[in-house]
Amino acid sequence: MQAIRQLISNTVVMPATDIDTDQIIPARFLTTTSRDGLGSRLFHDWRFKTDGKPNPDFILNQPQASGCEILVAGRNFGCGSSREHAPWALLDFGLRAVISTEIADIFRSNSLKNGLLPIVVDEKTHAWLIGHPGVEIRIDVEQSTVSLPNGSSAIYPIDEFARYCLLEGVDQLGFLRKHSDAIAQFEETRPWKP
Amino acid sequence: MSINAPKTLFEKVWSQHLVKDETPQTPAILYIDLHLIHEVTTPQAFTLLREKKLPVRRPDLTLGTMDHSTPTTPVRSFKDLAVVGESAANQVVRMQENCKDFGLQLYGFESENRGIVHVIGPELGATQPGKTIVCGDSHTSTHGAFGALAFGIGTTEVGHVLATQCLLQRKPKTLAIEVGGTLGRGVSAKDVILAIIGQIGVDGGTGHVIEYRGAAIEAMGMDARMTVCNMSIEAGARAGMIAPDDTTFTYLKGRPRAPAGTEWNDAVVRWKALRSDPGAAYDRTISIDGTGLSPMVTFGTNPGMVIPVNDPVPDSGSDPSFRKALNYMQIAPGKPLSQCPVDVVFVGSCTNSRISDLQQAADIMRGQKVAKGVRMLVVPGSQQIKKEAEALGLDRIFVESGAEWRESGCSMCLGMNGDTVPSGQLSVSTSNRNFEGRQGIGARTILASPMTAAASAIAGKVTDPRPYLLDS
Ligand code: SF4
Repeated sequence: MQAIRQLISNTVVMPATDIDTDQIIPARFLTTTSRDGLGSRLFHDWRFKTDGKPNPDFILNQPQASGCEILVAGRNFGCGSSREHAPWALLDFGLRAVISTEIADIFRSNSLKNGLLPIVVDEKTHAWLIGHPGVEIRIDVEQSTVSLPNGSSAIYPIDEFARYCLLEGVDQLGFLRKHSDAIAQFEETRPWKP
Repeated sequence: MSINAPKTLFEKVWSQHLVKDETPQTPAILYIDLHLIHEVTTPQAFTLLREKKLPVRRPDLTLGTMDHSTPTTPVRSFKDLAVVGESAANQVVRMQENCKDFGLQLYGFESENRGIVHVIGPELGATQPGKTIVCGDSHTSTHGAFGALAFGIGTTEVGHVLATQCLLQRKPKTLAIEVGGTLGRGVSAKDVILAIIGQIGVDGGTGHVIEYRGAAIEAMGMDARMTVCNMSIEAGARAGMIAPDDTTFTYLKGRPRAPAGTEWNDAVVRWKALRSDPGAAYDRTISIDGTGLSPMVTFGTNPGMVIPVNDPVPDSGSDPSFRKALNYMQIAPGKPLSQCPVDVVFVGSCTNSRISDLQQAADIMRGQKVAKGVRMLVVPGSQQIKKEAEALGLDRIFVESGAEWRESGCSMCLGMNGDTVPSGQLSVSTSNRNFEGRQGIGARTILASPMTAAASAIAGKVTDPRPYLLDS
């Protein structure tokens, strides 16, 4: 995973609540055995009409979305399935952060494993961001802050370890494997065996 | 917390699996007793293992099946896989190779134990009280019905578990949901969990492990308890759990992977200690009354948009997400769904494809016909359930009424295997997600119980099953 210390980008806004992983990437694209190239499937059924042509009404097809790395979405983004294809698709498309008032547990965990920032902000900050699509904002991972162009800045909650992993680009499997002895000892000494 | 403080079921299972407890700086290292794998969420994890030249640490605690992208028409040879498309066939072949190369047991096409991953774990007796169980699949919450701590993980974490048998986890919060009373006739576990999600919302359980308790839960059989725990994720919860009791033990006894002999007796003693202690504290508690519940149906595009089957669809004014959902569903507020003509009925999925689900649907279908123009698909959760249902003659009831009887698999729950609902058609489904396009591009899904689905198939529109029961 690539380390990430800060992100400065314009936002793209999708105000809908409860955007689920079946919208982020529909199940029929999960037959892949690789994690690459999923960006072309991101929000597929919202982005493309049934004839395969881009839907001009969808925000990601509009010129102002181009180059934006921060997605601001309605409450409970990423609910639904555990498919890691969702953050893979977002990242492959070029997004680096998702901001909402609530982010579903598994999606959040999957995002952190891949260096996609899942950022939960307070209602007021969120409402401002929804109301000002396209503004340039700054996310500082070290300080855990989102800074808005109106001069205000909000601290977002993040697990200490998650923040450390993002900042250092830590490979969590490597971290776990350093505890191999403790794992072996647990297996030896537990009172019952599965 | 002191050692003697009363503990919840969740806390007991959690603390028994701590290789290392969490600190402010580092998450806990949680040991995993059973790792279930399927073809869709594992290939990239195996690629990682190959790249890093790592073996699977505990092949004996890993169990694989193929369910998502597999056809539900009989597969006699690998040529038959072509029906689901080249990439799905490739995924299935890769799953076979990965399991072979890493020495993992796979319940593949040749196996009479193949089925939906959350159906076969319990069926084989691999799912047991007090275990930690994970799978790259959000409906792993199903296994919590046995008093296991079971939750879905992503593919990176699948790699972690394959390589280390452990996960890095922060301790979740706890939510107790007390379901009191007695369910009426025609009201089932599906209606209970839909009503719960309607009450707490699709994010009501975020960050929490739910423990379901109370008289209505205790009265349920294991199939019904699995239905309830299965949809915990639909409330956003990490997991759902139910304390194991005699119902649990009776279900498990004699199953191929359950303990036997003196080990069985020891296990039962251990399992009996897994109930939440009196006075144990939860972060939140809510209660619902089971006695007053009606059959429930969804009307929108998430499982929290749910109403009693005869109630009018609510109006949420100008809320854009609500409007968008009704628009997609082509449903107007103010009227009950009972006038909505149905095109497809799907009985299946890890929520409702077990023997008692099929039995409940068959009891309504017996001697009846699927309405003209309605396609009904009945997909058992596993090959074992298929066999059991056929021994009971349920397949004949379905086929004689005009429904299709299939091989096991996920099928129309997520439409990855070619079983899809055509665009614009309305489907009454016993599965767990009514998301846009879940059952096929443009498909409109109404979630319901097997009884409601069966009654709707006969009537050709969304229908309360209770009158059909009175007739029988
Ligand atoms: S039946 Fe549906 S929800 Fe269950 S595991 Fe299969 S795809 Fe997932």
